Amino acid sequence: MPKQSVGEKLNDISEQMKSSQAWNSIFRPGSIFRKGYSDSPRNRSYVVMNSLIYHLHPVKVKRHAVKVSYTLCLGGLSFFLFILLTVTGIFLMFFYRPTAAQAWDDIYTLQTSVTFGLLVRNMHRWAAHLMVLTVFLHMARVFYHGAYKAPREFNWVIGVILLTLTLLLSFTGYLLPWDQLALWAVTVGTNMMGYTPVFGDQVRFVLLGGVEIGTDTLLRWYVLHVLMLPFVAVIFMAIHFWRVRKDGGISGPL
Amino acid sequence: MAEIPEHLLKRAQEARDRLQDGDEGAATATEDKSETKIPEHLLERTVAAKDREPAAVASAAAPVSGSAPLPPVGSGPGGNTQRLLTVVKSGSIQDVKLKPVDKVHVWPHLLIVEFVAALSITAFTVIFSIFVNAPLLELANFNQTPNPSKAPWYFLGLQELLTLFHPMVAGVTIPGLALFLLILAPYIDKNPSNKPEDRKFAISLMTIHLMFWGVLVMIGSFFRGPGFNFIFPWAEGLFFEL
Repeated sequence: MPKQSVGEKLNDISEQMKSSQAWNSIFRPGSIFRKGYSDSPRNRSYVVMNSLIYHLHPVKVKRHAVKVSYTLCLGGLSFFLFILLTVTGIFLMFFYRPTAAQAWDDIYTLQTSVTFGLLVRNMHRWAAHLMVLTVFLHMARVFYHGAYKAPREFNWVIGVILLTLTLLLSFTGYLLPWDQLALWAVTVGTNMMGYTPVFGDQVRFVLLGGVEIGTDTLLRWYVLHVLMLPFVAVIFMAIHFWRVRKDGGISGPL
Repeated sequence: MAEIPEHLLKRAQEARDRLQDGDEGAATATEDKSETKIPEHLLERTVAAKDREPAAVASAAAPVSGSAPLPPVGSGPGGNTQRLLTVVKSGSIQDVKLKPVDKVHVWPHLLIVEFVAALSITAFTVIFSIFVNAPLLELANFNQTPNPSKAPWYFLGLQELLTLFHPMVAGVTIPGLALFLLILAPYIDKNPSNKPEDRKFAISLMTIHLMFWGVLVMIGSFFRGPGFNFIFPWAEGLFFEL
């Protein structure tokens, strides 16, 4: 038997792997990971149809919809920043305890003693500010293109809710380092909300978990920040993306 | 009107040419069986069925003749076993797009753009985070109010309004109203056009408000110093943390 070259051996192994039950149970029929990919209109469709991408995108979109100058990718970037924030946020959660006695020390230790701790915290902070910016610019872009008009009125409403959720997410995160910046920024913010007519004091009490900012506030805002608001935001995002497709793809051209 | 893509125009032209050729050779084509799309063996079967027809009529007249039952014989034109019941026009059940829409595949055209955008923003965030550290001031201290104390930058427009109005107006009424109007925008704006030249009013109104908001945030961020008094950042320095 002639000796096989390394390339042939590798080829054999990959063939064996691709015909195994495990492989075929992971990738759907028609997946490019089963059949290989060569550029053809059919395969281009299969890439989308036989992968998770099909939940976000149709197989084809209007030609103008892929022009970067129309959307500036702002909606997609907001979503991507949300994912980036989730990933970096999960990392931060490993090193953080939301109590007045430990929060600041935990952040300090994270920055000084944890590998990549400082970098990941920085990324979380800057990505958060960036996301507020991209969501805001996305709203402006949609307004200037008149993309909120029928049949997209309700998706605009969801968009405004998502903008509010983004601001709340950012604001609840602002308190968590428990430094002077956090404490007094949140004091200013919650004092403002305390002026809500009729039940101002109650609103403030619910927000702070007490009559003034303290360890209860920290726990409350932590849960809001890492669990409740992201949960609500994900639901609204799902509806937002679904409606984009149901309302006929992105708007335009102008 | 949408531009019709080249490949569709080409296809239409080919179809038209074919039709024209067919018209010219119509007299001969009707007789020429090899021109039709029906395969040879099926045509032969039809001819055979026609030949059997008299025999079938005979067997129907004498059902007890004992011969095996023959397959059903077509009574339609040309001995077909099916009949045309009705013609459903395209568009009566399914919504047929009359105008061709110029579309492109999501892969690769859209996904590559999205991938590059995601990659760029990740790279930007990482590089920016390597060089600029997030602020971490000293431990929170209830007895020491920093001067000035500022809200996060996106709320500094509101804080700026606080210097002008009663807190209930600046902190609740104005932002609440703004949010409310923003949500209602598509129901207030009845103008169906999305062309900028048709919506001068909507665009100027939005631009004025965005600029107004932007200026307030700028003033609150950079032009407010100790005691939230007006300062020039180039004269007295920055009092701003992100």
